[in-house]
Amino acid sequence: MQHLWLIPLFPFLGFLINGLFGRKWPNSLVGAVAVGSVVASFAWVVKVLLGVGELEHAYVERYFTWIQSGGVNIGVDLAVDRLTAVMLLVVTGIGSLIHIYATGYMSHEGGFYRFFSYLNLFMFFMLTLVLGANYLLLFVGWEGVGLCSYLLIGFYTLKKSAGDAAKKAFIVNRIGDFGFSLAMFLIMVNFGSLDFGTVMAKVAPLPVEQTMGILTIIALLLFVGATGKSAQVPLYVWLPDAMEGPTPVSALIHAATMVTAGVYMTARSATIFTHAPMAMEVVAVVGVITAVMAATIGMTQFDLKKVFAYSTVSQLGYMFIACGVGAFSAGIYHVVTHAFFKALLFLGAGSVIHALEGEQDMRHMGGLRKKIPITFAVLCCAWVAIAGIPGTSGYFSKDAILLAAHHHHPWMYWVGVITAGMTAFYVSRSMFMTFWGEYRGHHHPHESPAIMWVPLAILAALSLAGGKLFDVPHYLEPLFPMAHEEHDMTLVAIASSAGFIGIGLAYFMYVLSPGIPKSIAATLGPIYKLVYNKYFVDEVYDATVVSPMVAGSRSVLWRVVDAGVIDGIVNGTGTVARGIGSVLRTLQSGQIRSYAAWVTAGSVIVLVALSFLAGGAQ
Amino acid sequence: MPSAVPLSWYLILSAILFCLGIAGFIFRRNIITVFMSIELMLNAVNLSFIAFSYQLRQVDGHIFSFFVMVVAAAEAAVGLAIILTVFKNRATLAIDDVSSMNN
Repeated sequence: MQHLWLIPLFPFLGFLINGLFGRKWPNSLVGAVAVGSVVASFAWVVKVLLGVGELEHAYVERYFTWIQSGGVNIGVDLAVDRLTAVMLLVVTGIGSLIHIYATGYMSHEGGFYRFFSYLNLFMFFMLTLVLGANYLLLFVGWEGVGLCSYLLIGFYTLKKSAGDAAKKAFIVNRIGDFGFSLAMFLIMVNFGSLDFGTVMAKVAPLPVEQTMGILTIIALLLFVGATGKSAQVPLYVWLPDAMEGPTPVSALIHAATMVTAGVYMTARSATIFTHAPMAMEVVAVVGVITAVMAATIGMTQFDLKKVFAYSTVSQLGYMFIACGVGAFSAGIYHVVTHAFFKALLFLGAGSVIHALEGEQDMRHMGGLRKKIPITFAVLCCAWVAIAGIPGTSGYFSKDAILLAAHHHHPWMYWVGVITAGMTAFYVSRSMFMTFWGEYRGHHHPHESPAIMWVPLAILAALSLAGGKLFDVPHYLEPLFPMAHEEHDMTLVAIASSAGFIGIGLAYFMYVLSPGIPKSIAATLGPIYKLVYNKYFVDEVYDATVVSPMVAGSRSVLWRVVDAGVIDGIVNGTGTVARGIGSVLRTLQSGQIRSYAAWVTAGSVIVLVALSFLAGGAQ
Repeated sequence: MPSAVPLSWYLILSAILFCLGIAGFIFRRNIITVFMSIELMLNAVNLSFIAFSYQLRQVDGHIFSFFVMVVAAAEAAVGLAIILTVFKNRATLAIDDVSSMNN
């Protein structure tokens, strides 16, 4: 026994301790409990991975039966295979760094203990999600991380925008979860189990579906779940708004871990997806659309965190391209490297925002290169990584995806390359606007404390070297065999040069001649407006879904059902009781002789009735 | 039953006394009269108890009537005390005037 259950237990204990007692404790103690629990979890992951050996097959621990009803038998089982191992290391490793960083970042904020108990609870659910050996346990973690995401987006409870963003995230995710639930029901009905091993063993011998079959439907419904959690078109709208939460939350939940749960789940269900080529095609196309759309929006935003949020959506699109073209290991590879550099980007952005006392608008930044040099240095590492400069982590994973895409459909490769160029452009743009030029704000920037920049330095090292260091696709080969080994250097060179072109273009537009962006925006006019306003997707959803729902709730559910039916029943009960009372109360006159008369009359009636009954009985 | 007086006579007498008690209770306004009407009803019931007890050669009816007498005595003690207090406070013995409920 490796005692896998201890891995999620540590953060859960941290959640309980901080949640119950942290209110009165000093921040240092709360921080120590929170960080300690996650680091303990990380240490236990390492111990387990050293203990289980090569992991050629999944290592499963079965604890107890959870649901037993007829043919349904679902256990609380945890499992580790190579995919889970990768995810565990990312979640606990990056999670530890972000927890450490957050103790510094949140030190001036109220609700310190609340923040860390939520964050620990998130770790618990995320670890349940990746460790669960069946779909239902995965779903428990899936919903749990959604809950924690909701709580942490709305962490600043006094800000209305934060509350709205939290509700939006929660509700949009419900749509995805609906699809996921249906998929689970279908799996249960068709394969009689939700256990990954059992289901995949039953799916594997089935023929590949060329038309719309049951596996295609299951795969598509699973993907609906993934689009919600992993912010794909058309359900991506919650993620940019989710930036209302504290920045460490954006880094941990909305960049590095939770939003990759959809990719993890797709990879976990790879056997189902590979048997449903039509569903795969949908996944890839949705990924492409998301990647391009989010990248274009990212190029026009001025809020530093919003840029990175759209960048996250775009990069998640990349991961789904990988899954859609069958290169699951490349997708997971990108999950890992993206966790490094995007967590770093967010934490670095947090460090910038921290230095500027809450300023997020890049138009009020600039020239920070000299003022916060450490933050600048680490952000540069993330910058080159996400731009895909050869040798950095982003280069390896992006190339793996693009090559797989080229093998599948060359047009996907070309769109991916253009998106890579746009990615390099918008990240460079935000870097140039933040760190170059003259300082345009009115704060006094100060460098962040060591507790914040040390985790950043570690992430910077991982962003640069992590791709080479961790050869994820090779490690995952027993699970996802690599179909092709062609490594066309021309394609790689084209993809890399797209990154350089993006950086160069941004340098030209935002450093050399800063007037150009405005004139381009003016020239493009309506197109720029369309992109700047995020294609008006929020407005369209508002008009087509939200407003009718609100109007319907107001006119039908409130005025008719609530005020009419429900209140009517309640008030009617009261009215009837009062009516009966108004008749009966005349009897209670306080005149003792009238009571006596009633008693006598009653007795007489009883006697007469009894004598009639007795007469009838004879 | 050696005498010629049949059971029904006793019962009829008991019923008449009981009805007189009820009538007195309902129609008289003086509290003391009402109180005496209650005693009359109790004694009417006692009479029927004794009559049945004698008829059935069982002692239960006697015991019951003793209980009734004990209760009636206790009730007379408490009731008269209440009547005295009421009279002291309100200077009236009219039962309808004693009611303190708003109608």
